Amino acid sequence: MTQYLLSVYQPDGTPAPEALEQVSRDLETLNRDLAEAGAWVFAGGLCAPSTATVVRVRAGEVLMTDGPFAEVKEHLGGFTIIDVPDLESALGWADRLARATTLPIEVRPFQEQPES
Amino acid sequence: MRLTTVVEIERIFRAEYGRAVAVLVRAFGDIDIAEEAVQEAFTTAVSRWPSAGLPPSPQGWIITTARNRAVDRLRREASRHDRHAQAALLQMRDEPAEEGPVPDDRLRLIFTCCHPALGLPSRVALTLRLLGGLTTVEIAHAFLVPEPTMAQRLVRAKGKIRDAKVPYRVPSEADFPARLDGVLAVVYLIFNEGHTASSGGRLVREDLSAEAIRLGRLLADLMPDEPEVLGLLALMLLVEARRETRTSSEGALVPLAEQDRGRWDRALVAEGHALVRRCLQRNQAGPYQVQAAINAVHTDAPTAAATDWLQIVQLYDHLFALAPSPVVALNRAVAVAEVDGPQPALALVEALPLQGYHPFHVTRADLLRRLGRQAEALDAYDAAISRCDNTTERAFLVRARDDLAAEPTCH
Repeated sequence: MTQYLLSVYQPDGTPAPEALEQVSRDLETLNRDLAEAGAWVFAGGLCAPSTATVVRVRAGEVLMTDGPFAEVKEHLGGFTIIDVPDLESALGWADRLARATTLPIEVRPFQEQPES
Repeated sequence: MRLTTVVEIERIFRAEYGRAVAVLVRAFGDIDIAEEAVQEAFTTAVSRWPSAGLPPSPQGWIITTARNRAVDRLRREASRHDRHAQAALLQMRDEPAEEGPVPDDRLRLIFTCCHPALGLPSRVALTLRLLGGLTTVEIAHAFLVPEPTMAQRLVRAKGKIRDAKVPYRVPSEADFPARLDGVLAVVYLIFNEGHTASSGGRLVREDLSAEAIRLGRLLADLMPDEPEVLGLLALMLLVEARRETRTSSEGALVPLAEQDRGRWDRALVAEGHALVRRCLQRNQAGPYQVQAAINAVHTDAPTAAATDWLQIVQLYDHLFALAPSPVVALNRAVAVAEVDGPQPALALVEALPLQGYHPFHVTRADLLRRLGRQAEALDAYDAAISRCDNTTERAFLVRARDDLAAEPTCH
């Protein structure tokens, strides 16, 4: 089994509340299906990029900057982590996530966990 | 004797490389391990067979030798606590017994190489590398890409297959039609790149066409019940049959109507026609089959004048219904010109959104010339020439324009 990060890319700005209602309902169903399939690891939505803080260490000193790491038109809006046998299966769930959120989904495998 | 064996090894390499890699990828779950082991096995064959003679089953010998080499190497690496090697060895021992009909491993390999999660250039490169046994250098030259670029493309693609776990299996029934289309598109792209190089000096890069046909035959062997697979093979064979006559001895382009039909490859034509008949019997038409049928009509005509253009127009109607595109509409208009004359054909052409596509301007130029609209025809030739990257074809267009410019203007 391999874990995959499914990242939801969202354009800046606040979506209409009535659109969000439908999205939340679809996401709830999707997360339930993922759990039933034994593929659910974690899922969550993020607050706006304006709430972000970037922390860096420069010469031993902590440096904080207000705002997201990169100013771009699309940002990470949320993500789901799944545990499935292969990319085919991961792409299948990504398809459902893209439909539920109506947004593009980036699928990326996690590096294999070193065995303890 | 020695030379014969070397030639024989070369032939076996071409025929068996893909199968051996495919079997080893399944056994070890890793493309790099499979490739290295198969290459080592062939290196051993080259040093041993010329003196010892060919083994009774060269194909079996290559696979067994490669498998043993891979196991030896993995044992050495696994004893040095290489987790990757340990995993590969483990996979080999745990290899489950297949249930039901066992598909040829090459079929899995094809679907993996042509997986839609990989970019199209990567799919093409992987297919030629792993199934065709072409070297990275050969693929780089064929596609006019610097060698390091091609090497990097292959490394990246194999890395993605390994890390993202692109599955090594024939797609499920639900995904199969779409995924098969993807495989056929890769093979046809290789063929077209060989047939009319999109850029560069040589009109025909025979190696790529031959490789695409070899892949087409392999697909037809592996999936004899898929009509579009047969259709693609028929299409490639019927186009390939005319290859020798598409250019003159001086290397100039010769259009279909002026080709010496006596020099078309009759064996390829016969094979293509037989495949088209097989497709017709199945009656599950698809775009490749219809394009093959169009080429069958052309290759059926003993002279250009004897071409059944009405049937070609009807086949283009069918093709447009299956796969509507402005390019299909353009080709249909060319056939319409032969049935109804250049005026109605030009009206069809003018409506197409193909300004950036040089065959659009070539067709316009030809129709305008036939209508005696010389100035507009010259402009259209210029538009075509400025958009054409193939040296041979450009030379042909320049000559056509100059011939027209030399004609007395008729008002």
